[in-house]
Amino acid sequence: MQIRAPKTKRAQRELDKRAPKLVENVKKTLILHGTKTSGVLNSVLTELYHLKRDNAVKFSKKNENIKPFETGGETSLEFFSHKTDCSLFAFGSHSKKRPNKLVLGRTYDHHIYDLVEVGVENFKSIESFEYDKKLAPKIGSKPLFAFIGEEFESVDELKHLKEVLLDFFRGEVVENLNLTGVDRVFVCTVLSSKTVLLMHCALRLKKSGTSIPRMELVEVGPSMDLVVRRHRFPSESLLKEAMKIPDQAKKIKNVTSDVIKGKTGRIYIPDQKVGDMPLSNNIKGLKRERREAKQNKESKKRKTESE
Amino acid sequence: MEGTSYQIDLGNLMAYDPNHHFKSIPSSRVELVSHCLEKGTEMVQAIANSLFSLPSTESRDGPVVKLPPPTTKLPREKHLPKPKPPTKWEEFAKMKGIKKRKKNKRVWDEQTSSWKRTHGYDRANDDRDIPILDAKSTDEVGVDPFAKRSAEKKDRVKKQEKNRLENLKKAAKAGALPSHIQLAATALPITGTKKDVPKKASKNELESVAGMVATSTASGGKFDKKLPGEKPPKHSGKHRKFLPVVEGKGIGSKEKQQTEKILNQLLSKSSHEILDVNKAVTMFNVKKEKQRKKDRDANPGKSGKLKPNKKSFKKTSTKKKP
Repeated sequence: MQIRAPKTKRAQRELDKRAPKLVENVKKTLILHGTKTSGVLNSVLTELYHLKRDNAVKFSKKNENIKPFETGGETSLEFFSHKTDCSLFAFGSHSKKRPNKLVLGRTYDHHIYDLVEVGVENFKSIESFEYDKKLAPKIGSKPLFAFIGEEFESVDELKHLKEVLLDFFRGEVVENLNLTGVDRVFVCTVLSSKTVLLMHCALRLKKSGTSIPRMELVEVGPSMDLVVRRHRFPSESLLKEAMKIPDQAKKIKNVTSDVIKGKTGRIYIPDQKVGDMPLSNNIKGLKRERREAKQNKESKKRKTESE
Repeated sequence: MEGTSYQIDLGNLMAYDPNHHFKSIPSSRVELVSHCLEKGTEMVQAIANSLFSLPSTESRDGPVVKLPPPTTKLPREKHLPKPKPPTKWEEFAKMKGIKKRKKNKRVWDEQTSSWKRTHGYDRANDDRDIPILDAKSTDEVGVDPFAKRSAEKKDRVKKQEKNRLENLKKAAKAGALPSHIQLAATALPITGTKKDVPKKASKNELESVAGMVATSTASGGKFDKKLPGEKPPKHSGKHRKFLPVVEGKGIGSKEKQQTEKILNQLLSKSSHEILDVNKAVTMFNVKKEKQRKKDRDANPGKSGKLKPNKKSFKKTSTKKKP
């Protein structure tokens, strides 16, 4: 066995960036396409890339051996996911049977976790929208989400799609948010039990009487109808493993720190039932009784023996 | 649609309306879009209401609020890091109660009477810098003490490397190998021979593999399209020649030739003659031929035409004496 370690600190840092951590990095997206794509699909993929510029990787080559829903066709995807350290992917391909197919998927530990295949219809690209350029949302800003429709809860596939869309466009999970940087929103409306209308809008904050500004939506970015065709849920065990949260630091009970006394704790003694305790046999007064009892016993014994 | 509260997840800046559904989808696209935008505006306003009412601090770029953690659970992208098992030294130290001591970056060096660094280039108290070693009564006569010291150091280093490898193997077994380290197998697997260790194919091997494989096609690889840079296979054709099974009566001529050849070789090896007459004759003839050619080239003869030398090099069928 030989130990292979990186020779430079820089290489080590790069490898540590990709290591599994308690608090994870932003999920990167891999955008690629299959053997045949349509014009619509090409623009969908490029616009998706523009929306996620900072943490997305776009491949321009055709990949003919990637078939996400088939057992053998996922190895290439997993390999790319491993190489580029991307845990989300968008794979587009066009065929007569499945026109404008877009497969959105997630990976766990660089193995396929789940997939959703949607068809893109009624696509309107960014260029077709006219708006005041000052409103254009900046790259990397955290988006707001608005999901409209009861089917997002009742229909399994749409529920899955909602989760996947949230994961895709969420970006970094931050604790401190700058309120001036809130400038985009994704509006997803359920049109039928299989179709969802996805719109990307810029936000304009207007003055209102109170400290809370009035929101105005201006349609900016791509808008498309997503028709859910197929999907694959993650397996139960994989789901359980992926949803594990690191244990919160265990609360130590019964320890309080006081400024004057220092670290204090309380000692609990169980109730000593003094009345029920058996008395010890080692009392001086019992000696006579014991002697007499012994004598009685011996006399009884002699009696029985003589009989 | 009105008055109902939306499910708001502030950590994700998400709002969900569980009570909306289209009774009938508006016929025109524009109507649909405007309807969706209206609904969207309402929900975004609801998010903004709760967002802007959070306690905010003023920073250089604007008001900053502290978001609550997200409520919708999303799957992780990689597994949780597993805790590293304690190394052999750590276990020993825990058992003995040995605590780590902070070491200084600079140490006093006795040799040069100066402060030198503890580790690294030009370090203090280096084993190799000692110029004189006092001889002890236990030292043998012919042994070089400096060589002995350096050999000891080498041993210590090797032992430490072995221990490090053991610790890493233990960690790898527990699934907690540090991310920047890989363990590669160099030795033989437990069961098997040297043949089983996968060897990296050399360039020449790879170049000839395609040709070798092509012979397994129906037409023996003759009509396969060759890629640019692919070399034709070597050793094309038969490798061995076998005599025909039946060739007339008794011993066939080819078989006779074969046995003769073998016999001659055997006999020549065991013969002790200094001179091989046949060989000597051939060599003489060849030399003469060369000389003649040279003379002819040096001074071209009467005829411009070069006449081929008609000489027969028939081998006589006399057998050599044993």
